[in-house]
Formats: sequence, structure tokens, C-alpha cells
Amino acid sequence: MDNYNFPDQNGHFGPYGGTFVAETLIEALDELKEMYNQFKDDKEFLNEFHHDLKHFVGRPSPIYFAERLTQKIGGAKIYFKREDLNHTGAHKVNNTVGQALLAKKMGKPRVIAETGAGQHGVATATIAARLGLECVVYMGAEDVKRQSPNVYRMKLLGAKVVPVESGSKTLKDALNEALRDWVTNVSNTFYIIGTVAGPHPYPMMVRDFNSVVGKEAIGQMDELEGKQPDAVIACVGGGSNAMGIFYPYIPYKETRLIGVEAAGHGIETGKHAAPLTANSPVGILHGNRTYMMQNEEGQIIETHSVSAGLDYPGVGPEHSWLKDTGRAEYVAVNDDEALAAFHNLCKTEGIIPALETSHAIAYAEKLAKELPKDKTILVNLSGRGDKDINTVANIAGIKI
Amino acid sequence: MSRISKTFASLKSNNKKALIPFITAGDPSVEMTKKILHQLVESGADMIELGIPFSDPMADGPVIQRASERALANNVGIRKTFEIAKEFRNTDQDTPLILMGYANPIEAIGFDEFLRLCKEADVDGIITVDYPPEESKEYVGKLKENDIDAIFLLAPTTEKERIQQIIKQATGFLYYVSLKGVTGAQNIDIDQVKHRVAEIKSLTDLPVGVGFGVRDPETAKAVASFSDAIVIGSRIIQEIEKSNENNMLENISKIIKSIREVI
Ligand SMILES: Cc1ncc(COP(=O)(O)O)c(C=O)c1O
Repeated sequence: MDNYNFPDQNGHFGPYGGTFVAETLIEALDELKEMYNQFKDDKEFLNEFHHDLKHFVGRPSPIYFAERLTQKIGGAKIYFKREDLNHTGAHKVNNTVGQALLAKKMGKPRVIAETGAGQHGVATATIAARLGLECVVYMGAEDVKRQSPNVYRMKLLGAKVVPVESGSKTLKDALNEALRDWVTNVSNTFYIIGTVAGPHPYPMMVRDFNSVVGKEAIGQMDELEGKQPDAVIACVGGGSNAMGIFYPYIPYKETRLIGVEAAGHGIETGKHAAPLTANSPVGILHGNRTYMMQNEEGQIIETHSVSAGLDYPGVGPEHSWLKDTGRAEYVAVNDDEALAAFHNLCKTEGIIPALETSHAIAYAEKLAKELPKDKTILVNLSGRGDKDINTVANIAGIKI
Repeated sequence: MSRISKTFASLKSNNKKALIPFITAGDPSVEMTKKILHQLVESGADMIELGIPFSDPMADGPVIQRASERALANNVGIRKTFEIAKEFRNTDQDTPLILMGYANPIEAIGFDEFLRLCKEADVDGIITVDYPPEESKEYVGKLKENDIDAIFLLAPTTEKERIQQIIKQATGFLYYVSLKGVTGAQNIDIDQVKHRVAEIKSLTDLPVGVGFGVRDPETAKAVASFSDAIVIGSRIIQEIEKSNENNMLENISKIIKSIREVI
């Protein structure tokens, strides 16, 4: 992993990634590649980006020592990178600020997005309102039901939310529908993808915009502990919060990078959303090649997770590459374990985490127990759980 | 000469344009698909495009998405599609059969198995929607080695230099996507299509077919006047949706004949 330099020019991370799209989108992707290449090192663009991250999003996000949780577990020290404190409540906003700024530079008056949990939709609607862009968000009809507070939030922000009734009515179908919109409105529309998936250059670009998380963390850990953590842990749906914190840590070989997927009802039941942990076959969906949950004939199969934001059959191609090369490890946490971690964190630290994030926390608890007290673990606390209180209450049989 | 090239040559000598209907394998059922295929030929189709059902048909509009969903509900995937194709070929040795699908089912069974099935069913050409030429060199090479035409899509957004690159890899014919959008869309602009098809034709001797927005005899006639083939899909599938088993073949036949008469 010395001189890690991926993706290559054509968006490949080893055998993964690439540009598997219908011909109509090729030109739009070429244009995006060119503009991103031009702006990614442009001083003025970066100044604007960081200005917004500071004054609109509230960065840098703090790193917080979870003292009571650490004591309760009695092992390694647990730190949180507090992305839940960002404006709109999750890491997703880092990327949308970057992409929306790019849309503006490219003169596109309309942005579209897909969303699962609604966090990316809310972040996109928010930045669209701030920049005066028209915004349409595609959301699986199932997710519209389980994330209703976020649906209303997007509407308040002036976005149009389109429920997607096709396929499994979840995140992957929302992505399909957003791609269909993009093909149709390609001249005036910028597609703001919410995770490190999609065709090149999205996996790279979304990672780059989110890697502000890892860059800050390296400085903050140095200040707090005088050293880097022994393990960095993040949940993995498409994998954007994980890539955001992992990427700057790749050269830090002493730091283990651990991605936590959703085991749903359990890997062995097949009802999960953990293509890396389950060693699913490699496939092509949404413009890239990656580990993909599918049957023997290449039909994408339905996934399950209690958290809408992890309910995705694939994973960003760079994670597939990090798995194969061994630079990152991938594990999975089931619904019950995630829910237990959710409740535990509420009561122990006064933080209501997102259900997605709760997967990372559950694994951090397991690992902390196994490690001695002089070790440190940094968890990317990717988002807050306000959006999930209905889901959690439902599971407990409570009506709110 | 491939079956596709032969068909184009013979149509040309008769001053006719190719009519290429599209249906999805297994929609509304395996048995009906078999009957519909023969009905299409009987009613005047020159070649047939048979869709391989896929769970995530990103380039398709709602009508063909529903066709895919019905087919999958009937347990029809890539292997059953080949069974249907093989049976068609057993009773019709002349009509070119083109499979249209997405990359994932092809990679899931593997190129070698895919090619074996193509040969076994004597399939003539393949359109793989999400395999642009830069990502499919190995695949296209194998298709050509096996004398299967690699048919590529060209879009309203494809720039001239790229068209030239794609032409170098393409065989059989070029498929011009008439509009920015998904299959079944209704925003076709005939003048624009005419202009683009002329541009493509100035760069190649390969026939150029047009699809995605052709829904009625009037549009078909206009588009056929400056291209070599028209592809009609969503409109036929709508007929499948509207009909029952007793009148389906007749209703499809009417549409095909109405277009056959004018191109
Ligand atoms: C708080 C939070 N964390 C994680 C995710 C999963 O996405 P990713 O894997 O791209 O970080 C989501 C997605 O909605 C989310 O809202």
C-alpha cells in the first residue's frame, strides 16, 4: 500500500470500478471528469468548499472521548469523530457541498439525488436551497415509509421527493430512477450521487470530498493522544463515510481500517446487506464493477437491514479493492446488535446515533473488549438518529 | 456474411427498411413469448430483438421495466432466454435474432458460457446496454471470434470522434438512440434524428437503425425515410399488457402490420 494511487485514469481500482453506463451518459461523465479534474486542485474552488464546510456545515467536527462507554466496556479507549454534529446531521453533507458547488460552476440549474435513509436527500435539498438550485430526490417507496421525518424535511427545504415504486422499492431502485432522470435531463442536470458508488468519477470524487473527515481526524488524534488510533471503524452501506475516514489513513499502516456492514437477520439467513463480508460474487450495477449480492443468473437480490442507509446490495468499488488487498477488513453486525448499541449509546453517552452508525458502534464495543486499555479505537460517528426514532419506537411496539 | 448483414442487403435491394420489434423473454409467459416471436415474423418483422430480463434495467422506461418484472416473476432469466431463442431458431432459420441485455447477467454466467449458449441457440447479435466499448474489449473480441455481431448504441450526446471510435468496433448495424431518455419516452425530435443519422451515415457503411422513441406508423415512416431500420419495443409491450391470451397475437400483429405497410 505504499504510494496508494487509485483509481487509475479510467476509474479502476484494480478490477473494480469503471464506467458501465448507457451511451447517453458517457458525454456527461466525460464532462464531469474534466470539470472535476480542473477544480479539484483549484485554489478558489477549494477555498469556497472549505468556507462552506466551516461556516455552513460547522466543520471541523470534534473528536470526542467516549469515557463512560470506554469504562463500561473496560478495554480500549473509544473515540468518536462527531459527524452527527454537522449541519443536517450526517457526513453526507460534506460531499453534497462539494458536488453542488461543482454543479454551480458547471452552470447546471437542476440537481437530482437518490436517497435511502434520507440523509443524503436532506443534505442535497439543503445545499440546493442554499445555492438556489432546483432539486428532485428519488427515494424508494419502502424508505419513504420508514424515514418519514426526512421526507418532510426535504419538502420543507423545497425539494420534490419522488417515491420509487419499481423493484424492491429501496435505495438501489432510487439510484436506477435517478439515472433514468439523468439520461433524460442530462443537459441541465447534475446528478449528486450520495455514496462512493456509481460510474467513474463518482467513487473518487465522493471519497475526495468526504476525506476531510479523515484529514481532520489525523490532526485531532495527534493532539488528543499524541498518536494515531489502533483501529478506525466505520459502517459501510455504499461506503462514503468509511472511505472518507479510511482514505487519509491508508498510509498509516499501524492503523487497522475496519468497515462494518449490515448483517440484517444474519449472514447465514441470506437476509442481509453485507456483500463484502458474505463474499458475494463480483458484478456490475450502477455503473461500476464490485462485490454484489445477486443470484447465479446475475439478478440483484433483495437486501435486508434495519437501517435504510445500509440497505444496498453492492458497495463502493474502492472497498472491494481494499478488501482484496487486505488494507481494510470487513465485518458485519446484525439488526439486534445494532439496536442494542443504539440504546446503549443513548443512555451511556447522551448521543442518539443513526441506526447505520449503530452498526459501527456495536463492532467497536466488541473490539474494545478484546483490546488492552492502552489501545485506541476511533469510530466514525457518521450521523445522528433523530430520523430513526419512529423505526426504533415501532420495533419496541411504541407509537409516538 | 452474417444473417443480419444478409437481411439488410436483401431489404436494400427491395427498397425496404428493416422492422425490428423488441419483446422481453418470458413476458407475459414463456409459452406466449414463443408464440409472439413467430407472430412477429409472420406479420412482417425482419429481425427480432429479444430482451434478457434484468432486475435493474436502468436504461428502460416503466413499460419495459414492467415486462422485465413479469418475466422475472415467471423465473425467466438469461438461461431461459436462451432456451426460448433456441426453440425459435429450430423453427425459423432465416430471421436474425438479437439479444439485448445488461452486463451483469452475462458476467454472472461468464463469457465462455454465454458464448456457448449464443452458439447453441444460433443467436446473431448482441446489444449490451451498459458495456461501452472502453469497458468491453475482451467481450467484443470474443463475440467477433464467434461471428456474433456486436451492436453498439450511439446517443444524441455521442460526439463525432467517439462515433468514429465506436464504428471501428461495431458490426451488424449501429443502433441510434433517438432521444435523451429511456425506452418508451415520447420526446423524439424527428429533424434532430435525421440530422444525426445523416452524420453517422457519412462516417460508415454499416446500416443505422433507430430506436427508443418510435411508437406509431407515422413516426416509423418518417424515421425509416432516412435510416435503415426502426426498432419498436414499448408500444408492443403495451399491447401485451392490454390484451388477454386470446387476442394478444392478433393485437400485436395489427401494430406490426400497420408499420410494415409504411416502411
Ligand atoms: C448516518 C449515515 N451513516 C452511514 C450511511 C451509509 O452510507 P455510506 O456507507 O455511504 O456512508 C448513511 C446513509 O444514508 C447514513 O445516513
